[in-house]
Parts: sequence; structure tokens; C-alpha cells
Amino acid sequence: MKKVYSRIRSVVGNVISVKAGGVAYEELAEIRTCRGKSLAQVIRIESDLVSLQVFAGSRGVSTNDEVRFLGHPMQVTFSENMLGRIFDGSSMPRDKGPALSAHVIEIAGPIVNPAKRIIPQRMIRTNIPMIDVFNSLVVSQKLPIFSVSGEPYNELLARIAMQAQVDMIVLGGIGLKYDQYMFFKDTLEEGGALSRSIFFIHTASDPTVEGLMVPDLCLAVAEKFALKGKDVLVLLTDMTNFADALKEISITMEQVPSNRGYPGDLYSQLAARYEKAVDFEGAGSITVLAVTTMPGDDVTHPVPDNTGYITEGQFYLRGGHIEPFGSLSRLKQQVNDKTRKDHRPIMDGMIQLYAQFKESEEKRAMGFRMSHWDKKLLKYGTLFESEMMNLSVNVSLEKALDKGWQILSECFNPQETQFRTDLIEEFWPK
Amino acid sequence: MDRHYGEIVSIYGNMIAVSFEGSIIQNEVGYVLLGKERLKAEVIRIEGNTAYMQVFESTKGIKVGESVEFSGQMLSVQLGPGILGKIYDGLQNPLVDISAKYGFFLPRGVHLDAIDFSARWQFTPMVKPGDQVKAGFPLGVVPEGIFKHYIMVPFGLAGDFTVSDIVAKGDYAVSDTIAKIKDERGQTHAVTMVFDWPIKIPIKAYLAKRSPRQSLITKIRIIDTFFPVVRGGTYCIPGPFGAGKTVLQQLTSRYAQIDIVIIAACGERAGEVVETLRRFPELIDPKTGKTLMERTIIICNTSSMPVAARDASVYTAATLGEYYRQMGLEVLLLADSTSRWAQAMREVSGRLEEIPGEEAYPAYLESRIAEFYERSGVVDLALGKEGSLTIGGTVSPAGGNFDEPVTQATLKVVGAFHGLSRDRANARRFPSIDPLESWSRYGSFVPSDLIEKAKAVLFKGNEVYQMMKVVGEEGTSIEDFSVHLKADFLDSVYLQQNAFDAVDAATSPERQTHVLKKIVYVLGQEFAFERKEDARRFFYELRHLFIDWNYKEWKSDGFRKQEAGIDDFINAHLTVKSVK
Repeated sequence: MKKVYSRIRSVVGNVISVKAGGVAYEELAEIRTCRGKSLAQVIRIESDLVSLQVFAGSRGVSTNDEVRFLGHPMQVTFSENMLGRIFDGSSMPRDKGPALSAHVIEIAGPIVNPAKRIIPQRMIRTNIPMIDVFNSLVVSQKLPIFSVSGEPYNELLARIAMQAQVDMIVLGGIGLKYDQYMFFKDTLEEGGALSRSIFFIHTASDPTVEGLMVPDLCLAVAEKFALKGKDVLVLLTDMTNFADALKEISITMEQVPSNRGYPGDLYSQLAARYEKAVDFEGAGSITVLAVTTMPGDDVTHPVPDNTGYITEGQFYLRGGHIEPFGSLSRLKQQVNDKTRKDHRPIMDGMIQLYAQFKESEEKRAMGFRMSHWDKKLLKYGTLFESEMMNLSVNVSLEKALDKGWQILSECFNPQETQFRTDLIEEFWPK
Repeated sequence: MDRHYGEIVSIYGNMIAVSFEGSIIQNEVGYVLLGKERLKAEVIRIEGNTAYMQVFESTKGIKVGESVEFSGQMLSVQLGPGILGKIYDGLQNPLVDISAKYGFFLPRGVHLDAIDFSARWQFTPMVKPGDQVKAGFPLGVVPEGIFKHYIMVPFGLAGDFTVSDIVAKGDYAVSDTIAKIKDERGQTHAVTMVFDWPIKIPIKAYLAKRSPRQSLITKIRIIDTFFPVVRGGTYCIPGPFGAGKTVLQQLTSRYAQIDIVIIAACGERAGEVVETLRRFPELIDPKTGKTLMERTIIICNTSSMPVAARDASVYTAATLGEYYRQMGLEVLLLADSTSRWAQAMREVSGRLEEIPGEEAYPAYLESRIAEFYERSGVVDLALGKEGSLTIGGTVSPAGGNFDEPVTQATLKVVGAFHGLSRDRANARRFPSIDPLESWSRYGSFVPSDLIEKAKAVLFKGNEVYQMMKVVGEEGTSIEDFSVHLKADFLDSVYLQQNAFDAVDAATSPERQTHVLKKIVYVLGQEFAFERKEDARRFFYELRHLFIDWNYKEWKSDGFRKQEAGIDDFINAHLTVKSVK
């Protein structure tokens, strides 16, 4: 039985409230306004007063508009027909294809039992040395790309999507600029990857609240495909917009803000999404890569800060390349001992020397005389940046490791590095 | 206990308000009855006839007017044999049993017994009828893996009791009555091997609490030597993300010389727990010859689990720790991360619309943190033994800034501070404990003169390094430059440790003392270098020799050979000096 209410008691921000009975928490409702239909979700019930967040925003809502409760929480359809399709933040088609209604599944469903999780051990090769060598990406990993506006983070995301060896891609755009949405669509189409992709796109011009559902929609669909044996890569851009939408709702609901206006449960909210990343034993997997733009390039801002504590590492994209410092894949240890025995030593050794190069470079910038050692480091740093860090370098892991030894031997004596003697004997170019 | 019911009047996030009649207890457990599902909730505020309850599960789909069944019990855990080796969620639901029954996902409203009631344990009585006992006194013992698990008079029974009946030696299930005891008023209580204990109340069924003294060996050099921890003590590890808190906790859980380790994964990543729970059953503890899992309990409340259960998880862990301490065992509780627990408090406080303190944390944050760490300690037991509970908590300060409320509240109450530094982590200097900022109020097993000398070089080296940043290498005297190199040498070969090398990951106390002696000897020498390049080359080569030495097994041939090589190398350079 679907009940209709036509008396809206309050409109505050994008939250409306109505007097209604028998409504369930997080239930969906449909509201008809002069601007058309919109979905709304129950976010608070106080005896018979029900507050709802309106996805299309509250502009144009009249106090006598109709609110119809649907009797179920947010759902999404799931079928093979979704591949190659593009949907919006309410899971309605954004392309010209038909609306899908078969196989309805619940979003934000139960969490995976930790006892059923397995140790991740499959590396995802991307042919980007800064990822493969220094911070390997692993199946079931959740990893944000910390960046600032203007950096080519969506380009990096698209490149990983094209080159990563996965079965399918789910792209979630939250507050995505229209041209970036077109960029993803065109790139994946040209690369022939669109037919194994599903898009949920909320653009910057859509109402903010509608973006709140995008991560849940993507992950619910990805989870179903993973249970059917697919390795799914979920790309989310930009999670800072998602957090800002949360902030907007919580402020409207008069919640005490914890840090810079964000709600106290920001960590839990983000974690509930990222923790969907999983490798199902005997079935498929979900790997999550999410762009998080840092307002003011400040990693201590609540969004990147909370994200960093949730995810299994992070890539910093700055100045057009993945930063060697701070970038971290926490799962790399699970896979980089099975590649080549010089993988780990190269990874640590090259970064330690690069850190020293940075110090020398700083000294040079301040006008100090360069010692013999400084000069060696400067040469090393320049080579490292051009042959390893440059994002246009596109080589396999093994080639990248060989390149690493090559660079080292061009700059140093073996003793000046911290490598173990047996490795130097085996790998140091003679 | 008669059951009574209440009715839901409002729902907001994981908080519900319930109107009730009759009496109700603060922290009482109730169940939201939602069709077949029973959602566990806890009373956290009472106002008139309205109880505010936090629900330990998702509140999706709950309606106003639905019933809540009150249990008459505070939030409790089951205590008895069979807890070791288990993986629980924050409310002591056994996750492996749930997965066997329900598969990949954790369905809502599922509760299983924490302890296997069908298992039989070989019980040996320790008392006879007529013996006088009190709460916490042992009545008998069962073997639990490698430990003796004492069956005690339940901690909740107050006063003096006389044993009136005790079963003979034999196999019993935990729910079988193994003894009957009579209180002062002549009332008889049947005692089984299992009883409940409310998690927010510390167990105090011991004779006396003493101040901790004995070193807790973690085999991590920088901790054991410079910032030691003691059995029964407390310590905290604050650090920004990516600085290696969790790796440090994992190493400690693996190598610490202790009887039992309780890992409380509180609001952290599920993946990190998985590594422990998949690897520990395969790793052999050299001390006991059994797998590490037999000495481990995992409380796993990962970040995506409901936030109220996260709040409960640290108390559950502390209660289980106190329970095994009652057996005369040395227990180490590792809580990762206490900040998530504090945030859970903040979320609940916010929904209760309490007046917020700093960064919106509730005003009682400090006292809650202090209460938690105060559950540690060394105690004398009726058993005639002593037991200890050591608590180590990580802190995840927002932005890596130690000035925030959780870190500050924690620093007030702990005995050792292992501050992790982002700079050290970025430079891949692991463990990234900052040697200049960290402190410990406990003593180390390494002779203190060695530590003092080493620390002096570290501090002096840092001063020189800071100065060099301003005046450059050319403006630094060769003496000062040598100090800088010495500090860097100490850092590279002793403070840093390779967690992924089987040998280097764990350094025994003997080896620590042995190696540090040699290092301090090097630090104390005056080497006459003509040029800075010579000094640098010497220390880099020496560093290389020491790092190779670190990878050699203690007292193996390779170890001795490498040591001889190091001695020769040092002497060769000392000789050069004396010739000049």
C-alpha cells in the first residue's frame, strides 16, 4: 500500500518534512513538484514527523506537493544489460537506452564477514612504473588518488582503467564536470572498453544531494558482478564532492559539526563505501580507485585525512606525476615478493636515495656549494624523474626494474647504496 | 528476570528513542524486534519515560511504533574456556561460526554464542567441600591449548562462600554445574564454567594491584632499547596515516614475549585483520612450539561495521584481557585505533545533542580514555600467582597533528609514547618512531649508560643536521660533520629495522645489548678524517657492513664472520689515525 501525503511541514535546505505514519527509516519517497518528479530518502523520524532529503533539491517544492512513500529503500537493477550503459545518480538512464527494471537489488547491503576475507595476492599491472615498482596495485585494494584541481587525475584514472587487467569497470562520477564525463566516455569508447563498463554519472550541474547515492549504486552493482566471478574495478571521482554533500545534509539537520563543518560520522560514512572492496574466495573481486581532491592542497583537510585512514594507501598526484613520497600501497608487500627478488630492494633503495636528492636540491636552491656526493645525487634525481616518475613512461615491471639498476649504476658506486652484497653481485650492471 | 517491552518513538542514524514503562537500567541491552530480526541496542540515556538507545546494527527499515524487548542485563560478554584463538566482532559474536552459517556476508540481527557449549573440557577440581572461597578464587582447572584455564567463582558474586559440592575430575561441558557454593546467608549458588560479565565494569577479583616493573620484550630495537614497555604498563602509538602504526602492532603481536595477545581492531580496515587471522594459524611461536593463533584473540570491529559496536569493542577486549589476567597470565591488549573509538563516542554524543567539547568530542572523552588504560596493570591473585594486562593503543590524530584531543588525553595516562613521524616514513626509515620526540617512563634491560651515550649522539647529530640546513655542509666543521654521520649511522643500523626480513624483524634482548655495545664503541671513537668525503665513505661502508650483519642469524657462523670483518674494518681505520 502506497500512502500519499500532500502537506509538507517544512523545507530547510534540501530537507523537507511531512507528518506521516508507518514510514521506515531510510525508506524512499517520490515527490512531485512543479519541476517534475524526484526521489527523496527518509533521514530522520521523530514520532510522526518524517524528514526526507530530496535528491533533486528543494527548489520549487510547494507545501502542498505530493509525497508518496514507496515502501522500500534505495534500489538499483542489476543485469548484464547494464554493460555499456550510462545512468544518473538516481540510477535512471542518462543515455538514450531504455530504463531497466529487472532484478532489483538493495544498495548499501550487509558487509562482508571479515572471517571470509582472504589475503589479497593478485597484483594488477598497470605498466606505470610509479605504481608497479614502487606502489603495486593489488586486487581488492581501495586506494584514493589525492590531488588538487587542475591536475590530470581523471586522465590517470582513465589510463589505469584502460591498462589494468580487470574484467569490467564501474565508473561513478560525483559532481563531475560535463567535459570530464565526455572525456571518460570518449576515452573508454576509443579504447574499446565502454562495452565492459557501467557509468553512474552525477554531474556538477545536477542537484548536490543526488550525488550521495552514486558510490552506493556503483558498489552494489559491482558487488553483484563480483559474486558472479568478475574482477571489477570501481572508479570514483571525486569523493570530496561526496563528502561535501554529506556536510550539506548534516548542517541542514543541525548536527554538531566536528571539523570544518563536516559531520562527526564522516569517517564511518566513507569507510562504509571503501570497505566494499573485497576479493571473494572462489568468486570475483572489487578494487576501488577514488579521486579525492584536496582543497588547498592540504592533506590534513578532513576529507583526505579521514580517507587516508580508511584506504589501503594513497597515490599523490602532483605536478603531473605520482609523488614518490607519501604515495603508498599498503598491500604491495603481499605481491612484490613474488615478482622479482630485486623488486623490494629497488623500491626502498631508490626512494631513499631520491629523498637524499631532494635534500641536496634544497641545498642547491639555497646557494650552498655542491659536494661530490651532492652532484651524484643531483644526477640521480634528474634521471629518476625523467625515466621513472614521468607519467608517459609505459613499460612492464621487469623493464622498469632493469631501468632502475641502470640509473643507479650510472650515478653511484655499489657501496654508496644500501643494497645487500648478494643483490649487488647479481643485478648491478657490470 | 522478567522481560518488558518499549515502543520506538524516534529514529535518527543509529540512535532510537524508546518509550517504556516500569524500570530500566543504564547500559541495559534491548532488542529491536523487526520481523524475524532482533537488533541489539544499548540504553545510553534515560529521560523520564524515554530511553535513548544506540543500535549496534544498521537501522534501515525500522519504523516508529515497533517494539523493543529489554533484557534486564547490562551489555556483557561470556567468559569461560574456549575463547582463545577466536575471532569475535565487537559484541563477541564468533565471526567464523557466523560465516559457516551465513556465508560471505554478515546479516543483520544475528547472535551466536561466543563459546562452544557442546565442547567438553577436562576439569580437575582444586577445592574440596568446606573450603572458603571468594569471587575470583579458583575452583578447578581445565587445559585450554597450552594454558591452564582456571574455573573461578564468578566475579559478580560478592561476599564469602563455602564450597558445598564440587564435581570429580572428568569431562564436562561449560554449562554443566561443577560446584555449589553457599553464601553467608546459607543460600546455595550453582557454578558452571561460564558466566557473563558487563564489559564496561573493570574486573577487580584480585588481591592487590602492583606497579609494573618487568620489561615486555617486543624485539623491536628502538622500543626495547630506547622507549621500553613493561608488563602491566600502557603505551600509545600516535601517528599520521601511512606511518606504519598497523605494521608495528602486527610485529608486536607476532614477536612480543607474552602469554596472550588480544588484538582489538577497532574501526580499522578489514584487510589488516585478515592478514592476522589467515597467517597466525600457520606461524609457530618459538617459545611454545604451537601456532600463534593459540595465544591470540581477535576482536574485529572493522570500519564499516556499525559505529555503536565499535564503542563496545574496546571494552570487550579489555574485559577478555582482564579475564585471562585472572589465570595468572601475561596479557597484551593491542587496540588499533583508539581514535576510532573516540570518534564513535563523538558520533553518539552528537546524536544525543550533548554540548560538544574540543573538536566536537564529548566532555567525558578524557575520563573514558583514562578509565580504559587504567584497566591495565599487574595484579596479585588468589591463585598465588601474578598476572598482568598491558595495553598498547594506536592513535590516529587528524592530520597527524598530536595536539588534538584524543592524543593529548592519551598522553596524560600512558607510560610510554611512541610517536610516529611522517618525515621518517616518507624517507622509508621504519619503524618510523621519532627518536627525538618519543619517551618512556619505564626502564630498559639494556645498560642505561649505553642508552645515554647513544641518545646524546642522536640529539647532537640532529642539532648539527639542523645547523647544516642553514650553513650548508661546507660551513660545518669536520668534527660536527662526523657527529652527524655517527647519528645517521646509529639510525640506519639500529633504530631502523627491516620488518620483512625473517632475521632482522625480531632482535633478541641479548643481541640488542651486544650490537648496541659495538655501535656505542664506534660512536665514542674519534676518527681523524682529512676530508668530509673520507668520513662519509667510512661511515657508509661501515653502515653497509652492519646492515649485512643485521641479516645474519644470531651467533651463526655468518654472524661471527661478519662481526670479525666489522672489527677489522674499524681497527684498520683506528690504526690509520694512530700513525698520523
